[in-house]
Order: sequence, then C-alpha cells, then structure tokens
Amino acid sequence: MRVLVCVKRVPAPGARIVLTADAQEIDTKNLGFATSPHEECAVEAAVQLVADHGGSSTVVTMGPHESEEQLRYAVSVGVDAAVLVPTDGSDLDPQATARGLVSAITTLEDRDGRFDVILFGNESADSGGYQVGVRVARSLERPIVSGIKDIEVVGDQIVAKRAIPSGFEVYRLDLPAVLAVREGLNLPRYPTLPGRLKSRKAEVDSIEANPDAGGQRMVRFESPPEQESRTVLLGEGVAAVPAIVEVLEGLGIR
Amino acid sequence: MTATLVLLDHDRGLLSETALQAVAFARSLGQGVDAVLIGGDAEPIAATLGPYGVDRVHLIVHEHLSDFAPEAWGDALAQLVAISGAKVAVTTGTDRGNEVLAHLGAILDQPMVANVTTAEPGEPWRLSRIRWGGSLFEHVELEAPFRLMTVAPHSWESPQQAESTEPVIERFEPTLDETASRTRVVDRVTLNAGVTLATAPVVVSGGRGVGSADGFAPLEELAAMLGGVVGCSRVVTNNGWRPHTDQVGQTGTRIAPDLYIACGISGAIQHWVGAMASKKILAINTDPEANMMSKADYAVVGDLHEVVPALIEALR
Repeated sequence: MRVLVCVKRVPAPGARIVLTADAQEIDTKNLGFATSPHEECAVEAAVQLVADHGGSSTVVTMGPHESEEQLRYAVSVGVDAAVLVPTDGSDLDPQATARGLVSAITTLEDRDGRFDVILFGNESADSGGYQVGVRVARSLERPIVSGIKDIEVVGDQIVAKRAIPSGFEVYRLDLPAVLAVREGLNLPRYPTLPGRLKSRKAEVDSIEANPDAGGQRMVRFESPPEQESRTVLLGEGVAAVPAIVEVLEGLGIR
Repeated sequence: MTATLVLLDHDRGLLSETALQAVAFARSLGQGVDAVLIGGDAEPIAATLGPYGVDRVHLIVHEHLSDFAPEAWGDALAQLVAISGAKVAVTTGTDRGNEVLAHLGAILDQPMVANVTTAEPGEPWRLSRIRWGGSLFEHVELEAPFRLMTVAPHSWESPQQAESTEPVIERFEPTLDETASRTRVVDRVTLNAGVTLATAPVVVSGGRGVGSADGFAPLEELAAMLGGVVGCSRVVTNNGWRPHTDQVGQTGTRIAPDLYIACGISGAIQHWVGAMASKKILAINTDPEANMMSKADYAVVGDLHEVVPALIEALR
C-alpha cells in the first residue's frame, strides 16, 4: 500500500497571534512552528496503515524551505519519504495550493506508482479553507470524504467514519481514495531518538510547481478587538468556595 | 440580477442550527434569495421558509440523495447553478457546508471562501473571513465569475420572521451516476444518547493543571452534581488522559454552555475559541496571569486539587 500524507507548516497553535505592522503576516519572530494538528493525526495514520498493510508512506508539503522541519518531523515518527514543493512563503490561495499539489502528486505517481490512499487534514489551523483535499481529489478523479475520525482498510476498500454530533456516519470508499481527517483519529506518537537521527539524515526530495493563483486574494489581517477584562475575583484557594456556591445559585445551576 | 442560492444544511430533514444564518447573510447581498434543499427528506422544510424572506425553494431530489453524499450533493448543486444561472452560492460554515461548497468550487474551478463574516459586492467583491477558528480576521478580495462562500457560524443571527409569504417550490432532478454517489453514508453509529459536550448546560473542564487521567475524578463528580459533563483542553487529549471527544477547542468541540468551569486551563487561543461562546466562565488556576483567568467572568486563584473537592463538599 502506498500512502501519501499532505501537511502544512503553521505557527504553533495556542500562541497569542500578533501581526506585523503592515498586517500582511503573523509576526513569527517569537513563535515556533508545527504541523497543523489534524495533519499530525494524518501522519500517524499513514505510519499505521503502512505498519498494518505493508508498503511505504510519503509526506509532502507545499511551503517555504523552512517547511523541511515539518517534513523531517514526519520522517522522525516513521514516514518513509519526504517531498517539498517549494514556495516563496507568501500566502497561497486554496486553488493554487491544490494545483501545486496535484502537479507534484502526478509527478510522484508517474515515477513510483499510484498512491492507494492520500490523507489531508480537514482544515489547516491557520487559514482554515476546508477545501484543498476536495480540490485535489476532484482533479485526480478519486473519491473523498472529509471530517474523518476513524479509518480501516478492508480488502480494496477503506471504511471511514465521520464524526457528527450524534455519533458517526460510515462511508465505504474504493481505493484509491482521498480522506480529509480530523484530530482524534488517533493519538500521534512522539519521535524516538533513532527516529530523530534518521530524520536528520533523510533526503528531502524537491518538486517544483508554479501554480497559477486562484481568485481569492488575501489583502490584510486584522486582530479582533481586545475585550476588556471584566473578571470578578472570587478569592483565593478554598476560601473562595462560598463565593463559588453563591455564583452557582445566582445562575440557577444549583 | 439572478438570486443568491443558499444551500440549507440539514441532516435527514433536520435543519442545522446555523442553516438559516446563511439566509440572513445572503439577504445582506441585496439580491433575491433562493433556498436549496437536497434530498427528499428535506421536503417538509420547504414550506416553512417563506417568513424568512426566501422567494423560491429548489428541492433537489434523486434516488442517490436519500442520505448525505458529499460528491453527489456537490454535483447536484453544480447542475442547479448551471440551469438557474446563479452567480452567487452560499451555505453555512459547518463541516458539511464547507465540504459541499468545496466540491462546488472544485467542479466549477472557482474560488470558495470559507467562514465569511461580511461581504460587499463590487469589482472585486470585498469579504472578511475568520482564520484560526475565529481569533484572526482576514480581509479578502474575490475576483471570480462565481462567488462561493460559506458563512462563519454565529457571525449572523437567523433572520427574523417577516411577513409570511408562500415561497415557490421547484423540484429539480439532477443527473447523477454511480460515480457521483460513491461517497455516501452507508451506515450510522449512534453515540451519546444523553447529554453531550456540545449541548450540556454546564461543562467542567480540566487542563494541564489536572496532571493525570485520575485527576479528573473530582471534575467528573462536580460535573455530575451540576448536571453537566467533563471537557478538557488539547494538552489533555494529547497526553491521552481523556478521549478526544472531550476536547473543547478549535480542533475539538465548540461549546456554548450556561456555565463553563475551567480548571487548570491556561486558555491558549485554540482552546479559547472553542469555549468563548459560553455564557459564563469560572476559571480556577494557580496562575492569576493565565489567559483564561483574565477572560473569565469569575476567577479563583488556587489549586484545583484543593478547590474542586472543597466545592463538592460544600455542595453536598
């Protein structure tokens, strides 16, 4: 089984988002970077699929050269091969991203054979366009379902479960297939020391793609207005308990 | 000018909570509003839409549309766009709405702007949308013959019921082959028959400060006493202390309880965007400077391992 996982380098989720003076970028001088959370689970799924069914896994990203850090991280947790589709680091619209990835995937498949499964994160943590996987799957004429939190390969089919508020919807897709997955699909492993050493030496393949821009153009960012703190301090430690009880009673919760 | 098509997100005939918010957004664009319902089980919804300013309802029916099928929904919508001459299509920015409109964008090879909050028609259209789950706005120019947008949930209120009119209901049967319906719901697994994280009136949540899986026992007890459920932050699920279904946040569940009790949670942005719709927030944290403490309505500076058991005792 050949598995491809597509990832994106994003500022580490959770940090306070500060903009540059021209509001064109997030000021990243004090930020670390990470793989977008849903995609960390996609990477783990790729490693598990190959462990269970044999074959090989490949990770690809479209982004600036610094994205090698995220590719090497994927290798450190067990992905076999890494491919960078380099960009100048500016904000790519979703159509351009999808076109670039389709071009790179076609190159990889012409060279080494078709991918049975292509995994995307449901949406990136930063731009959150919810569409690159769908566009790529449509271009490659392969089935795709989004929002997947459980996958199982059964013969030449993949059974995928999508989380909805009341439980799961179950889909059955013929391979080759594309899935956009969500965090919760699995618990991503941490790299081992040998994994880290291997990833440092791993060769990162580079495939050029210069996709045409789509019709959506980022003009500038804007931080939401800071809300003034209106916190009522109820007290310190267990001495605050009577005040908490009073709040609960006031809210009719008790 | 042709009407704006508004795809109404529904699950087997039940409108999603935010479905009609897309109608309110569409009305702000200053054109007529045509609603789109996909699947025969949505038919009863059609007649109820008049009071919301919907002029016409396109009811798309086909044997392959008996349950959700993302590719078939996209194909059916694309065919309706072609015959109706519509140039603008919107839906709500739910998982399903974003997915179906992404298919439409891919089929038409047109941009699709997700989670839009405002739109100003013109040359080009000027939009604003949310990034990072709502903690950053992006201003966008959209230059395309077709404008496809999903509406950020809760950025618009559902439209007020106006004078009741009878919308025209037009049935449309698309041409769908087996390929279009290869991705469809073939089975369902029902969980959470009781109170869920998304609907609970009280959520008692724990973060890194809880320290272990076992550390959640008092939070469980407190939640049960208050008729609520337990939630947690991302660090907790990443450590394997709780299942991912308990996670509140950008990559977990967005909640809007009457009361959110955040125990030992620093309040990183990606957690905050999942909890910010809570009506009241009580934070318990040893660090008075934690983000959650300054954003909460009520704060207790202290160790949750002491405060929570004492609170349980007081409530007994």
